[in-house]
Amino acid sequence: MSTIAEKILGEKSGKGREGKVEAGEIVECEVDYIMVNDITGVPAFEVLDELGVELDEEMKKEKVVVVQDHYVPNKDVDSAEQAKALRNYARRYGIVNYYEIGKEGSGICHQVMIEEGFAAPGRLIIGADSHTCSYGALGAFSTGVGSTEAAAAMATGRLWFKVPATQKFVIDGELKRYVMGKDIILHIIGDIGVSGSLYKAQEFYGTAISNLCLSDRITISNMAVEAGAKAGIIPPDEKVFEFLNDSSRLRGDYKPVYASDAEYEEVFEYDASEIVPTVAKPFSPDNTVPASELDVPIDQAYLGSCTNGRIEDLRIAAEIMKDKKVNQEVRMIVIPASKRVFERAIEEGLILIFLKAGAFVCGPTCGACLGGHMGVLASGERCISTTNRNFIGRMGHKDSEVYLANPAVVAASAVEGKVTDPTELEM
Amino acid sequence: MRTRIWKFGHNVDTDQIIPAEYLTTGDAKKLAAHAFAKVRPEFAKEAKEGDIIVAGANFGCGSSREHAPRALLGAGISCVIARSFARIFFRNSINLGLRLIEADVFDKIEEGDKIEIRFDAGVIKNLTSTKKEEYKFKPLPEFMQKLLNSGGLINYIKKQK
Repeated sequence: MSTIAEKILGEKSGKGREGKVEAGEIVECEVDYIMVNDITGVPAFEVLDELGVELDEEMKKEKVVVVQDHYVPNKDVDSAEQAKALRNYARRYGIVNYYEIGKEGSGICHQVMIEEGFAAPGRLIIGADSHTCSYGALGAFSTGVGSTEAAAAMATGRLWFKVPATQKFVIDGELKRYVMGKDIILHIIGDIGVSGSLYKAQEFYGTAISNLCLSDRITISNMAVEAGAKAGIIPPDEKVFEFLNDSSRLRGDYKPVYASDAEYEEVFEYDASEIVPTVAKPFSPDNTVPASELDVPIDQAYLGSCTNGRIEDLRIAAEIMKDKKVNQEVRMIVIPASKRVFERAIEEGLILIFLKAGAFVCGPTCGACLGGHMGVLASGERCISTTNRNFIGRMGHKDSEVYLANPAVVAASAVEGKVTDPTELEM
Repeated sequence: MRTRIWKFGHNVDTDQIIPAEYLTTGDAKKLAAHAFAKVRPEFAKEAKEGDIIVAGANFGCGSSREHAPRALLGAGISCVIARSFARIFFRNSINLGLRLIEADVFDKIEEGDKIEIRFDAGVIKNLTSTKKEEYKFKPLPEFMQKLLNSGGLINYIKKQK
């Protein structure tokens, strides 16, 4: 009689099956993993300093994950100081799971958490980054927190949660060509709005979801927060188990959790065949329109981020760009989400396709997604991007614009020099 | 000295509150110098101790950056009143000791109004001579009040030790 969120939070609160928890209740739970990055990590460790606690062995060796990803390679002196401070803190607190740029397992924090076997079904994971909800695609309850609470969880192993009500999303039917997980989630956010899931958890069901590859599911869970959701959970299936079994990096055991006779606050149903390649116009992810309806010239095309920087994303973009050129008026930037994705893309020849097309390619970083570096926009410039937010000034100047789209739309747009539905390229 | 009301719209995101390029420090005062830099540059210069923000729905959406409530605390903001808050911002604020009120007063309180807040009673009094109104709000759950009254999560943990 519970949603996935209620079950995981119930289990982790120690109340177990008998003392089940319900939406609205405030519970204190034991967390499985705690992730911080180069922006949120230093404030968290400063809090630990203030508390004057040392981490226990389990925290040091397993539960705390530190990833340098946002402003690395260091973008300026201030960010270099910040990365250095984080490096020193990780050493001082004895953090074993520390990910440095270029090294084995490194990349954008959420991709690292998934590739490195931290994310798995039934786990409760917090991260001091709002897109921590990404691991819902593997059946975890994962959610973004602030630096102070990350520190509190490191110190005590526990954190308070308000058990969220859950909305159920059912997407049935077959997706059209070039329609991806990104389009499903943009379509939903366009429908319910950026506060449509405020304080709530989302669960996703339907044939279109079960047919999706894991990468596209991660895109959906990743952007749950863009509707205000606390978590975006997809019940784990064979695709998830296969991924975890194939990866030798899975840590520990896991226990899949499913809803049973759950009470959902709302149920939304969508016909997958009606979803088209979708673009969110500035300055809000719910400002969505079909890509085919836009005739908007662009200055930059950005392919990357925790939302859409995986190998599947690079493959579909490369497929579109093979033997083509990036438009004369457009700079294209390609940033794989992790070192592993980068290596794989090289092995598969994708990177060469991008380079020959006239794109700029660099190693994994959050880069320009949040206006850090590697493609910051000038005033009046417009970027079509596979990232997750298009707020005012998100990618640079306050008078620049970001259009959010899937990797196929970004690739087609890069070639055409304007926002383009990739199906039009084939006509 | 008069408390100033700073009015903002709906869906004020954390990139507006503190743009990402300034996230190389966690210091509240340093962050405050860039609060709302892109959308309301006068805020950082003019905001004073005790000022109040009034906004619409989904205040603080977007990034989990705790730098957002820190910047507001650094600017002297004593309370944010909004129709609703994004959840991570909500948690961060309570954990840091920034008072939040969820109340639907977006159409009722204007910049220039003079208000008085009674947190325990859950009442906002609009003392503006032309208005003289009272708005009720639901006080925070007991657990969150306890956090706030301890001065945030860290002090709460210290007290528990």
